Amino acid sequence: MEILVCVKRVPDTSENEIQLNAAGTDIERDDLVYAVNEPDNYAVEEALQIVSRTGGNVTVVTVGGEEDEEVLRREMAMGAQHAVLISDDAFRESDGRGIAALFKEFVEAGHYDLILTGVQADDGCAQVGGMLAAMLDYPFASLVTAIEVVDSGTLKIAREIEGGCKEIHAIDLPCVLSIQTGINEPRYVGMRGIRQVASVPIPQLSAPDLALALAFAGKNNARVVRTDYFVPPAGKGAEILAGSREEVIEKLLDLLKTKGGLN
Amino acid sequence: MESLAHTTFWFVSGRELFLFLHLLGLACFLFILSRRLRPLLAAQRDFRFDHPLLRLGRVLEYWLGQWRHPRFRYAGAMHILIFAGFLILASHAFALLGLGISDRFATAESALYGAIRQYAATVVFLCMILAAVRRLVLRPARYPRSADAIFLLGLIALLMAADGFFEGSQAATHGNLLATFSLAWFVGKGLAAASFAHLRNIHLGAYLTHEVTFFFLLCYRPFGIQFHVETSLFSIYFAKLQRGTIKPVRWGVPEDRLDGLASFGVKQFEDFTWKHILDFYSCADCGRCAELCPANAVGRALSPRALTIKARDYVFRRYPVFGPSRDGVPLVGGLFSEDEIWSCTTCGSCEAECPLLVEYIDKIVDLRRGLVDDGKAPQSLHKPLKALESRGNPFGKMEKKRADWAQGTVPVVNGAVVRTLYFVDSITSYDDRMQSIGRAVARILGRMEENFAMLGARERDSGHDVRRFGEETLFLALRDHNTEAIRASGASRIVTADPHAFNALKHDYKDMPPVEHISQVVARAVRTGQIRLKPADGSVYTYHDPCYLGRHNGIYEDPREAMDAIPGLRRVEMERSRDRSFCCGGGGLAQFYEAKERERMGLRRVRMAAEAGANVMVTACPFCMANIEDAIKVAGLEGRMTAIDLAELVDRQMETADSGAGN
Repeated sequence: MEILVCVKRVPDTSENEIQLNAAGTDIERDDLVYAVNEPDNYAVEEALQIVSRTGGNVTVVTVGGEEDEEVLRREMAMGAQHAVLISDDAFRESDGRGIAALFKEFVEAGHYDLILTGVQADDGCAQVGGMLAAMLDYPFASLVTAIEVVDSGTLKIAREIEGGCKEIHAIDLPCVLSIQTGINEPRYVGMRGIRQVASVPIPQLSAPDLALALAFAGKNNARVVRTDYFVPPAGKGAEILAGSREEVIEKLLDLLKTKGGLN
Repeated sequence: MESLAHTTFWFVSGRELFLFLHLLGLACFLFILSRRLRPLLAAQRDFRFDHPLLRLGRVLEYWLGQWRHPRFRYAGAMHILIFAGFLILASHAFALLGLGISDRFATAESALYGAIRQYAATVVFLCMILAAVRRLVLRPARYPRSADAIFLLGLIALLMAADGFFEGSQAATHGNLLATFSLAWFVGKGLAAASFAHLRNIHLGAYLTHEVTFFFLLCYRPFGIQFHVETSLFSIYFAKLQRGTIKPVRWGVPEDRLDGLASFGVKQFEDFTWKHILDFYSCADCGRCAELCPANAVGRALSPRALTIKARDYVFRRYPVFGPSRDGVPLVGGLFSEDEIWSCTTCGSCEAECPLLVEYIDKIVDLRRGLVDDGKAPQSLHKPLKALESRGNPFGKMEKKRADWAQGTVPVVNGAVVRTLYFVDSITSYDDRMQSIGRAVARILGRMEENFAMLGARERDSGHDVRRFGEETLFLALRDHNTEAIRASGASRIVTADPHAFNALKHDYKDMPPVEHISQVVARAVRTGQIRLKPADGSVYTYHDPCYLGRHNGIYEDPREAMDAIPGLRRVEMERSRDRSFCCGGGGLAQFYEAKERERMGLRRVRMAAEAGANVMVTACPFCMANIEDAIKVAGLEGRMTAIDLAELVDRQMETADSGAGN
């Protein structure tokens, strides 16, 4: 099976103190460290596991600049066979539709049986997967938590729905799936792995290669424009339950039930 | 009595029979040995041929001197007796072998040696009975129920008994003198009334029994725990010389060529080094390691004894003496579970205990290297490792905030040469609680009028536990970064209060200026009167030895000396102290790994302190502090037990100019 995984490089929320810049138009990006968007990483792991069972290749693709190569290399160190960087000044500040259009044109130039995205990006809007499927006229399922290959044309998938329940669907290939975290345990990628793929050339596609998408990509074609950022006010502090051990357990259970943590 | 060699047994002469028996026994033994050598030859290289004199010294200490045995008093005393008995009886055994072949070997032995060896045989015989009673009746928890062990005890007892009958029957025939109350003496007394023909049969029968048992034992030993009789000398000679260190990824492959290796660590059995396989052979299954292992004590999946015995049985299956190889299960995920491999805190308790100097930490680290290389680092370690890669600390905190804890009181290296570099390391830099240790260290160094500074934002995690958790490439990157920053500082010595950083700088880094732990600095300062301490409160203090200060670096007395310099301080020792200290739960990345366990190690440790009658636990490691303070809460001992770092204690007790004036 040929699998394409669309990934994104995002500021690593566990390693940054996100602050607004003085103008309030963006976050302070000077001291940020980046990582591959976590759900995307689960998607790549899932693709690798499918390929290890059925054979085939995993390709990772991202839209961005030179600096975004870092996440492609990390996914290659994980085991992805191919990586492609879609990069051009003309693609900068695309909205979700623009990104989806770029991926659509890329997908149509190749042969992919399955396209995976993360369920959403840490700094994104959870749009690209669905839009891409619509543009390609492929079946689409979101929040996927399990994939089973039934035969060369069909998958059985599980989707997470409210309350931790699962729905099982059959879906025809080729299709687009957005992958929920927890679907697997992504493998660890160390420095050694990244170094081993450090000199593998990563092909770049630019505006002439994806000319059709130019009608959708870039700042001027964006229909959704970010106008402001704000930081929510700090909420109340933690609540410390008091009482005997039994009472505390009782109160905790009540809280978990009322807040939807337990059914 | 007639010569053994010339006696006729059924149709063959004794000479022919015994020559055949001996050659057959020897051939079998050599064959088995050659089969046992095969995995060693297939294994990885291991450079253990340096420092012959030092190694011989260790053979004298640990092999001939049995230095570690008395750590377990009864079993140790018994082993020393049996070992001494075997050594004494060795030349006698060879003489007996010769006797069956030719009378020329019947050299006269001195009466003194004769008496000594008769007593030696008696003592060994009695020890076998005592050992069997221990195993069958008293059953110390650390011994597995092993039919093999009882069988071996029986065989040795039989060997000694056969010798006694051989000697006794001879003495009864010729009226020789035997050592009073020796086994042979009793047999001789018992056989005094027997006829010559009877005595002759007993004599020949005893000899035959002795020889058959001797060779059977020789050939049986390589199949189980008694193989250590043959291998221990080599295991100890080739034992690791430098504690606190970790073996290179691959011996003979320099660090700058590591990227060229196809694989890291131990993934299949042949990835172990030959010495490590020799260790598996040498393990006598005595269980001392497991009894002392903190991971085992709290019910984690790890027991060092089981690790070795499982590996030994695995190599026996994979390289059998007879028949085809049964390759069996994969090493990790089959023979060992991943949780087992990650459960070790590398505290070194097992290695401090093993009488045969079997190594554990290097093997565990090599197995982890294999797992990391295959992408199988535990999920809970992914984020800390990634943060170490991008931010230089496992918490993902900003580099520029690394020096914030000092609130400007500690200068940061800025081009000017400093004498002393204070290496803070990650947890003390970023953890709210541990920052107090850093500030105490700064005040102590300040009081001593040290010219000191720290690296600040240029410091990265020492990488101590990154290496021990198998992420060698990341460790090397952290080490190289720090090495460059330390060299650029021009410091002529390094002080740290973190034993993990201390051990890394001392053993994992190269060409560093001398490194001292703050407890060493303080001990010297109180000795010279540079620091004066005011009287203690009425609390009862106990000192918890951090693994990487104590066991791995032998610093036991300096912290105690510093504590004892506080006038009136009441200090008690926990039963598990110094090189038997009980790990608090582990530091560095161990803090991020949640092993399956019945209870926390720290909880056990806090209870030990309470049992010793202490209400203040003093430690000298920020990770110990984290684990112990947690455990005090979990144990419900808040208000009755507190923990304080040695640096904090000294800082608290330092006389200010005012308080000093009163004295």
